Amino acid sequence: MRRLYFHSLLSRAVTEPAPTPDERALAELGASLRARARARLGRSLAIREVDAGSCNGCELEIHALNNAFYDLERFGIRFVASPRHADVLLVTGPVTRNMAFALKRAFDCTPDPKWVVAAGDCACGRGLFAPSYALEGEDGAVARVLPVDLHIPGCPPTPVDLLRGLLALLEAADGRIPHAACPTC
Amino acid sequence: MSELLACFEGLRAEPDHHPWPRFRVDRERWLALRQGLARDRFALLAEFGEPQEVHAILFDGESLALVVASLACPTGRFPSLAVDHLPAVRFERTLRDLVGLEPEGLFDLRPWLDHGKWPLSRPLASNPGAPEVAFDYAFLPVEGEGLHQIPVGPIHAGIIEPGHFRFTASGETVVRLEERLGWVHKGIEKRLVGLDLESACRIVGRVSGDSTVAFAWAFARAAEAIAGVVPPARAVWLRALMLELERIANHFGDIGAICNDAAFTLIHAHCGILRERVLRAAHEVFGHRLMMDRVVPGGVAVDLDPGGIARLHRLVDELAPAFDKVVSAYDNTPSLLDRTAETGRVSPSLVRRFAAGGHVGRAAGRPFDSRAHLATEPYDDLGFRPVVREAGDVDARVWIRIEEVRESLRLVREILAKLPAGPVRVELPVRAGCGLGVAEAFRGEVLVWLRLDEAGRVRRCYPRDPSWLQWPLLEAAIEGNIVADFPLCNKSFNCSYSGHDL
Repeated sequence: MRRLYFHSLLSRAVTEPAPTPDERALAELGASLRARARARLGRSLAIREVDAGSCNGCELEIHALNNAFYDLERFGIRFVASPRHADVLLVTGPVTRNMAFALKRAFDCTPDPKWVVAAGDCACGRGLFAPSYALEGEDGAVARVLPVDLHIPGCPPTPVDLLRGLLALLEAADGRIPHAACPTC
Repeated sequence: MSELLACFEGLRAEPDHHPWPRFRVDRERWLALRQGLARDRFALLAEFGEPQEVHAILFDGESLALVVASLACPTGRFPSLAVDHLPAVRFERTLRDLVGLEPEGLFDLRPWLDHGKWPLSRPLASNPGAPEVAFDYAFLPVEGEGLHQIPVGPIHAGIIEPGHFRFTASGETVVRLEERLGWVHKGIEKRLVGLDLESACRIVGRVSGDSTVAFAWAFARAAEAIAGVVPPARAVWLRALMLELERIANHFGDIGAICNDAAFTLIHAHCGILRERVLRAAHEVFGHRLMMDRVVPGGVAVDLDPGGIARLHRLVDELAPAFDKVVSAYDNTPSLLDRTAETGRVSPSLVRRFAAGGHVGRAAGRPFDSRAHLATEPYDDLGFRPVVREAGDVDARVWIRIEEVRESLRLVREILAKLPAGPVRVELPVRAGCGLGVAEAFRGEVLVWLRLDEAGRVRRCYPRDPSWLQWPLLEAAIEGNIVADFPLCNKSFNCSYSGHDL
């Protein structure tokens, strides 16, 4: 194991520079954020991930955000174990009828101010599993169940897609939305 | 003749079923099969249904005979196999939920995938019924002094799929775990009905996202068997290449996650880097990090150019020595081994009985690996040998993965060196019929049973994830262990929720 430590000490970090926040995401977010929330959150976001029916492809890529290449925590964004500790619910879908109740409860347990991010094509309501009797509203869009502040499409979205979306959320929460992208300014 | 095939003596195999035989049996033979299962003479790999017929996929590990047995049930009833063969219980509960067939004698009539939330019941029956009335799920009763219960889920603390675990513990020790699944049931089987091959393949490739190559390959094999078409050799080798990359990436993820659940984050961090390197190479070479939609009926959707071959050679050269360091860290950390060794043990007899595949089976002495035994192309040209261990504990399941990563790295090198030239895709002629496809995913053998109509559209498609036969064993593995070791045991199995819930 010493070899592993020495090797790590002597090699360069693999962590990559941050991508720019997603412009489209910033535009979508502008309307949903208020100054009070910005002041309270500072530059830190706690995310509770909820798989509401996904094929687990989205989870694989969300996991990757924690690896050394993307290193999500350097931005002050971290995954938490309970919705009660969360600012953001990061929901993957499609939302199944069997999971809708648990998802709503997780939302109710999340303290205000809070945001909901729908990650992946299924969560955005245009996944391959729709239409189906087993999905909320037949298409399983997260927006059928919860108010969604940000959509990150992709099948699955890549870690960079996810990161750009989350950085946009962080920027917005920090009150640093570019004027052009913020419809309320 | 194997005892399994003897059950079908004097019967003619259905002419439209490929490549393994399907026999229509009467009640008497069905009961003889049940006897054989009860005496562990062969194994049940799946049990599923159509509105008028129940099918069992049976396998004899010694003669390697794989057979589909079908029993017509015009009255909607059939003799339960679960009566004498417990691995069939969840299959038959699902048959009741989805198709509405009634297993006579089944002792557990609690709905399994149907939680009473759908707008209909029996979605796969020819006449679906009114919705199930909302009900409280009755967990099995547990009695005893000082016992307490811990309900967990469906939403768990980590970034994982949803499922419910009901622990009954005596102090720290788990005396029973009961799983309740079905939360991510998306109605995949119904969704597939009426689709063309290509659309269906994309969906089957997402039954369990981590096994997308395996599922798509098994589906393609079933479709190609029906069409009577042999895909081009280059396509088969490229599929194997992608399948091994998928296995390597997932095993890296699992090894890291298991160590992480034992609070040893160093290995997790390194495995995360190794996994990311595989996915990046896959993206560069095949155009998708998880290689979704690259395996298609008739071949593969992407070819590999010399640049791609060089890129993958570089990847393997980089991974092999880095992985050796990780393995040596695992093997030389007694505090970590103390957590994994002798934890979550599954007995070889249970593994045989349930025909559990993948690392669950091979860590407990069941040598089956479909790459060596059922779907051997192109592996018989690569000198592939399955990895087997005996201990059946978390440590053995880690070692199966470690050795499989090494074997897969070798296979990737071999494939890159010997990749045949030629086309990578052929058109499939439209033909009606039934087919069965197999592919070895990282967690075990994936099966896809397919029935196509005259227009070449899906009439019935049944994808079976290996998790079906592994989930029940997790309940056995945790017994007598402490609650705090559950994440470790669970991760060492890493069953798919989505693949199971469909």
